[in-house]
Amino acid sequence: MCRLEISGADCVTVAVRRERLVNAAGENILDHLDAARYTLLPNTAGCYTADDAVRVARLGRELLRDLGNPGAEWVKLEVLGDQKTLLPDPVGTLAATERLVNDGFMVLVYTSDDPVVAKRLKALGAASVMPAGSPIGSGQGILNANNLRICMEYLKGDDPDYPVIVDAGVGTASDVAAAMELGVDGVLLNTAIAHAADPLRMAAAMRAACIAGRQAFLAGRIPRRLYATASSPDEGTIGGTRRPG
Amino acid sequence: MTGPGPRRETAVKTLAPDGAAETITVTVNGEPHRVARGATAHDVVAALGFAGRPLAVEVNEAVVPRADLPGCMLAADDRVEIVTLVGGG
Repeated sequence: MCRLEISGADCVTVAVRRERLVNAAGENILDHLDAARYTLLPNTAGCYTADDAVRVARLGRELLRDLGNPGAEWVKLEVLGDQKTLLPDPVGTLAATERLVNDGFMVLVYTSDDPVVAKRLKALGAASVMPAGSPIGSGQGILNANNLRICMEYLKGDDPDYPVIVDAGVGTASDVAAAMELGVDGVLLNTAIAHAADPLRMAAAMRAACIAGRQAFLAGRIPRRLYATASSPDEGTIGGTRRPG
Repeated sequence: MTGPGPRRETAVKTLAPDGAAETITVTVNGEPHRVARGATAHDVVAALGFAGRPLAVEVNEAVVPRADLPGCMLAADDRVEIVTLVGGG
């Protein structure tokens, strides 16, 4: 079994890059990825301006239309601010979202965990807002759960089916569970599996964490309390009333 | 000593057929290429050995659908991008 089957993923994001003019007979990712089975989500990774992101999105759409893949009209939009942090450029991201929505794309947009930007992106017509848990590839997990909670309230408050996906920052399985427990609809990750010492095992762990976190969210966790609450009855203990205060 | 200077002179690759009388220079993925006058975007894709591979083509920053490649005649200094999908993102 490959990593994809083990992880249980049904959507795979792919980047758009120049064909190499030498070694043209080299392997292509589509030699290893069944485009009839998985929805491919073309992304604009590596774009630092709205103009570049729009160009890359259109090229990705053409590629997937040619393959007859259902992801053709989708794009995972990234407009990055700088190479050191790979944090999103909010101004460029808003501009590109508007242009791509007007061009008929289903825009799944990578953004920071800023709730106000998240709200603006949804208002522009983004099909899904995808806040980062922490910087791309950093493995720091969910750094600001409070911001994510506010994002969730803004995005889903009167529209509970609106999809919110945590995109970036996952380091290990508990990060996925923590994100899913907040009620997000999915987690997008790559590095945490690809660079794990045992990627196949980590793919299995991510799948289990995703299911566990989702189930916990749906089940409804107990509130946090400062003091203990006994799970056994107070009455009928053989020590009678000899208890410390 | 090695340097990029002298190599630039010979960097223009020729994609024109041997018998081509006239050629023009276009940029393909950032590198200059000599093609026959009248060549189409499809001719460039085929000459590079990319026909049948999953790819998308842009000429002067506008996507050219695959079906339109044979009719897309190139002019001197046109900028052609030929892209495919890779992992990551």
